[in-house]
Formats: sequence, C-alpha cells, structure tokens
Amino acid sequence: MVEYAAASGPVRAVDRVSLTLAPGEFLAIVGESGCGKSSLLFAIAQLLSPPAEIVSGSVRFLGQDMVTLADEDLRHLRWRSYSVVMQSAMNALNPVMTIGEQLRDATLAHEAMPGRMLRRRSEEVMRLVGIDPVHLQSYPHQLSGGMRQRAMIAMALLFTPQLVIMDEPTSALDVVAQRSLMIQIKALQREFGFAVLFVTHDMSLVSHFSDRLAVMYAGQLVELGGTRQVFKDSLHPYTVGLMQSFPSIIGERQVLQGIPGTPPDLARPPAGCRFHPRCPHVMPVCRVEESPVFTRSDDLVRCHLYANGHGPIASIHQRHD
Amino acid sequence: MLLEATGLTRHFRIGGPFSGRFLHAVDDMDLTIRQNEIVALVGESGSGKSTVARLLAMLYRPTAGSIAYRGRPLGSMRSRREILSYHGRVPMVFQDPYSSLSPVYRISHGLERAFKLHRPELSSEQRQEEAERLLSSVGLTPPSEVLHKYPYELSGGQRQRVGFAQALACRPELILADEPVSMLDVSIRIGLLNLMAELRRRERVSVLYITHDIASARYVADRLLVMYAGHLVESGPAEDVLSHPKHPYTQLLLSAVPDPRAPIALTGRAEVGEPPRVVDPRPGCRFRFRCPYAIDECSRVTPRLRLLRQAHTAACHVATSDLDMPEQEGLP
Repeated sequence: MVEYAAASGPVRAVDRVSLTLAPGEFLAIVGESGCGKSSLLFAIAQLLSPPAEIVSGSVRFLGQDMVTLADEDLRHLRWRSYSVVMQSAMNALNPVMTIGEQLRDATLAHEAMPGRMLRRRSEEVMRLVGIDPVHLQSYPHQLSGGMRQRAMIAMALLFTPQLVIMDEPTSALDVVAQRSLMIQIKALQREFGFAVLFVTHDMSLVSHFSDRLAVMYAGQLVELGGTRQVFKDSLHPYTVGLMQSFPSIIGERQVLQGIPGTPPDLARPPAGCRFHPRCPHVMPVCRVEESPVFTRSDDLVRCHLYANGHGPIASIHQRHD
Repeated sequence: MLLEATGLTRHFRIGGPFSGRFLHAVDDMDLTIRQNEIVALVGESGSGKSTVARLLAMLYRPTAGSIAYRGRPLGSMRSRREILSYHGRVPMVFQDPYSSLSPVYRISHGLERAFKLHRPELSSEQRQEEAERLLSSVGLTPPSEVLHKYPYELSGGQRQRVGFAQALACRPELILADEPVSMLDVSIRIGLLNLMAELRRRERVSVLYITHDIASARYVADRLLVMYAGHLVESGPAEDVLSHPKHPYTQLLLSAVPDPRAPIALTGRAEVGEPPRVVDPRPGCRFRFRCPYAIDECSRVTPRLRLLRQAHTAACHVATSDLDMPEQEGLP
C-alpha cells in the first residue's frame, strides 16, 4: 500500500497490490493516468519520497525485503541488481553533462572502475542500444528523443542487472521510434536475460512484447494474466472496456464506445467496486461491497461477476451475449 | 470546395537574424477540404502538421503559396472584420486541454466571448440558451451546471469537449483539431473521436483532424493525408490508403502501429532512422535516407504527388514508376 499525505487526509495511490516477477520475465502494468501504476513502480524501486510512503506491505527482491533494508544495503542493490528507466529522458538526463560523463557518474557511484575499463564499458552499452559511441561526447539536447531514451537504457544496462524497471519509456516517441525501441528492449532482454517491469498506459504497445499483463484501476490490481490470454479473453469489465477503446487498422471499421465516465479521484474513491460507476455489468452488490480477488492458477481478477464459483471464462461470455 | 491550399510553404529562420538558414516546416503542399468532410493529417512530430493547422487558421502567414476559403484567397482579407469572421468560420481546437482554458474563468466565459465576437445579434437569453444547447451537444450534462464550473472542476476529456463547444459557438464550417485526443486517457479518446463524427453529421461541419495516430485517423476520417518532413507524401480515401499504402513511409508508419489484433511479428528490423530536421534542403525525396527502395533519382529530384488510382496520390519515384503517363498534377 502506498499513500500520499495530503491536506485532506491520506490519498491511497496503491492499494494492496501483490505481484510476482520471475527471472527473465517481461511483466507489463497498464492503466490510465492516476491509477497508481507509477507509484507502484516507485514503491518497488524504493524511490518514493515524501509525501508518498509505503504504509504497509513488502517488496521482496532476491530474497531481501527492500522496504526494511537500510539505505546502505539498498545502495548495493541499486543499479547493479536493478535499474530504472524513467519516462522523460529529457528530464532524467542532466542537460549540462555529456552522455559519457553521466555514464561515468552512474558507474562510479556504485563501483570503483579504472578509466580505461569504464570507457570500454560505456562504449559497449552504447553499441548495445544502437547508438554510435561518438555520442558519448554529446549533450542530451544534441540527441533526438529516441536516442535519449536509448541512452537512458544504456545507462540502465551498465551493470547488466537482473531487473530493469521501465516507466513509460516510449510515451514521448513517435510510433516508428516506439516500435523500434520495443524491439530493441526485447532483443536485449533475450540476450541478457534480465526481467522487465514495464509500465504503460497503452496496452496495445505491449501486446506483442510482454509475457504477462497486469491491469490497474484506481490504485488496485483488477486483472492479471498471460498477455495473449488477457487480450483474447479479458475478464474484468474495465479490461474489456479498454480493449474497446483502440481503433484498429486491421479489419472492418467498427464503431467503438470506449468507457463512459472518467477515472475516479483517488482522494475520494467510489464506495464498493471502484469501477462500478462506469461498469456496464454493474450489480447491486458492486455499489456497496468491494469485490474480493478471484484467482485461477497465477491469474487473478477482482470483480463480483466471478463470485459463487462461476467459471470465469464461461460467465464472462454469458454476460456478453 | 470549402478550403483549398496550393503550394503552401512555410519556412522559419533559425539561428539568429543573420544566419540565413531556414527550417522548411512545410513545403509546396496542396490540400483541399470539402464541405462536411473529415480529413486526417497524419505525421510524426516535427513533420509540419501543426504548422499546416496554424497556416490554415491564419496564425502564420505562408512563406509562399495561397489558401482560399470558399474561393476567396486569405491574403486578400484585410479588414479586421473579415479576418474575425474567418476565425469564426474556421476555429481551432488545441492539443492540451489543461492549458487551453483559462483557469480563472467559468466555462460560460469562453462561450459568451465567442457569442459576443461572432454572433452579436443574440440577446442575452438566446446566448444562455445557445450555450446550454452547445454544451449538451458535446455531451456535457447537465449544461446549466457545467456553465458555472471552472476548468479545474472538469476532467481532461470534459475540457476538450468544452474546446469543441467553444469552436462550435462561432458557427464554424471547418474545425481545425490539432491532436485533440493525444493528451487524454485511452478510455476517453474514443468518446472524443465519436463526438467529431457526430458533429459532422449533426452540425454539418468539416474537421481537419491532425494526429500522429493513424489508427484513430482511420476511425473518423474520410480522407487521409500523410506528411513527412514538410512534404505531403500520400493522400487518398482513408480505407484505400490503409489497405494499399503506396509511399514507403506510409508503409513504415502502418507497420509500426501497435495493434493487438495483428499477428505477432517480432521479425521487424529495429528501425533506427529519425525524421530529419529540414534545414535548407537540397532537392530530392526527404525520406530517401530511411527508404529501403531508394534509387538514384530520389536524391536528385523531389518527387511530386501523382495520381495512382482514384483520388489516391503518392509522391514517390519508385511507387509511381510504372505510371507511363506524363507527369500530371496530383490533386486529390
């Protein structure tokens, strides 16, 4: 659980979210703005700063609970075992330092390394992400948006970590650059075997890239399952609605409805199920009682539709007809 | 023809007043918009699509070329009244709903202002009535309450609807919508796209929908215009362009669209090219550096739009090479 202290009382941005990530797995977390997906990432990476704090729960990484870990021990894990790629490279990179200097900074903060080796490593990671090492001498503003984002990824790979956390790394890019970056991330992941935790608001972006998909709504995890599975048979009405929100370039042109209403304000979440004001399948119980989580092996869904032992897939089909 | 631009060109001087270097934002572009039509202008950031919108809105003057509104060249409009009336007929809806509404005024203010400027004949009761009608026509209910709200009380999607209501308040014939949905959440976007389609049907307006998202362009538009580095590279009926893209750039753009319904294809090469910044360009196709089919001619001669099939044009030497006809004017 993550809460933000606010004048009107705490705002719960992440509410009882449980996730596991296997080594080498690509897990995508999707949700709309304000659903708590970035807060969740920051909580996992131990990067939250006041007014936000983890009020309960734990983050176990490589056998250690990161929440209770001392700063000094955390520093050993950071960047070497896990690294973070931020959303806006322009803001995350230092504008008055060259890319090479920033790579050096990041390296030396975590490991003493002789200059020659450092230079070689920097050139190596730049080549890995497809940037000519001459750009080690470049300042961020001299690179295009796509290259800056690649430089961020290069920096994250300095120590070949086991986990790379990415917060919407492609959202500032054009579709062509976006796709090429995704292909590159996937190729690097195959080569080095790191796990990826990838946050995005665009679920179609990860449809071809992630192994599993977690859908968040209003601070809660509402559905989790294999990516193909979630796309083929979405369980939660919110996920179904999201699927209905993307026009396609393939097949017949069809009228889509999207989802009526707007995501709730987390300071005043609706009673009962948080999605009920926008849900086409709303039942009386949804307005008063929050749904428990229903699971099927590793998959989960938080929705009253699946109560009373309804076979999940069967029942959602029924309701669709 | 509602609006017709010919040879539309806009250059910006860069690097100080004496540098003599020019950024070619839009070069030699022809474009037409008919009555009651939705046209989508698609391109990457930096391709010049917003510059086109600002040229059409008379916010920029063209470096060369002309724009005619109902046959009347914009350059010949001199008096304030004429220009004001043009702004009313062709209003703009902006990308960012968070900064395009003044936070200190109620929603009624923007509508009232539009009425005072463009429809002075309305009495105050009529204005009130019309404001409520407009708000409900863009799906903001109950209108009498929304009128008294401040922008901060509305969500991004609702604010963007206010933007459309303000545009409608001037009784427009063409709305220039510059990336109206790109800042909104995915679940909200479709509602806005549906609204544009509905306004066309109900209020009989045309829309120039500027976007980088070709899937949403297909969803609402009758015709697609594809821009690359300041040039129009392909245009035609939306379905036609999407099912038979002729220009290699359009093909690249389509192949990059993330689509869960598409078969999984991870074989695609990681494309590292970027759209160029066009500073003092030499002749030639601007896509040739990234183009897999580029031939010698592409670096010497700027390809012109040529008609390939009904109303479908492309500016590409390779795609049009089997046209044996003499060069023809490629107007859509």
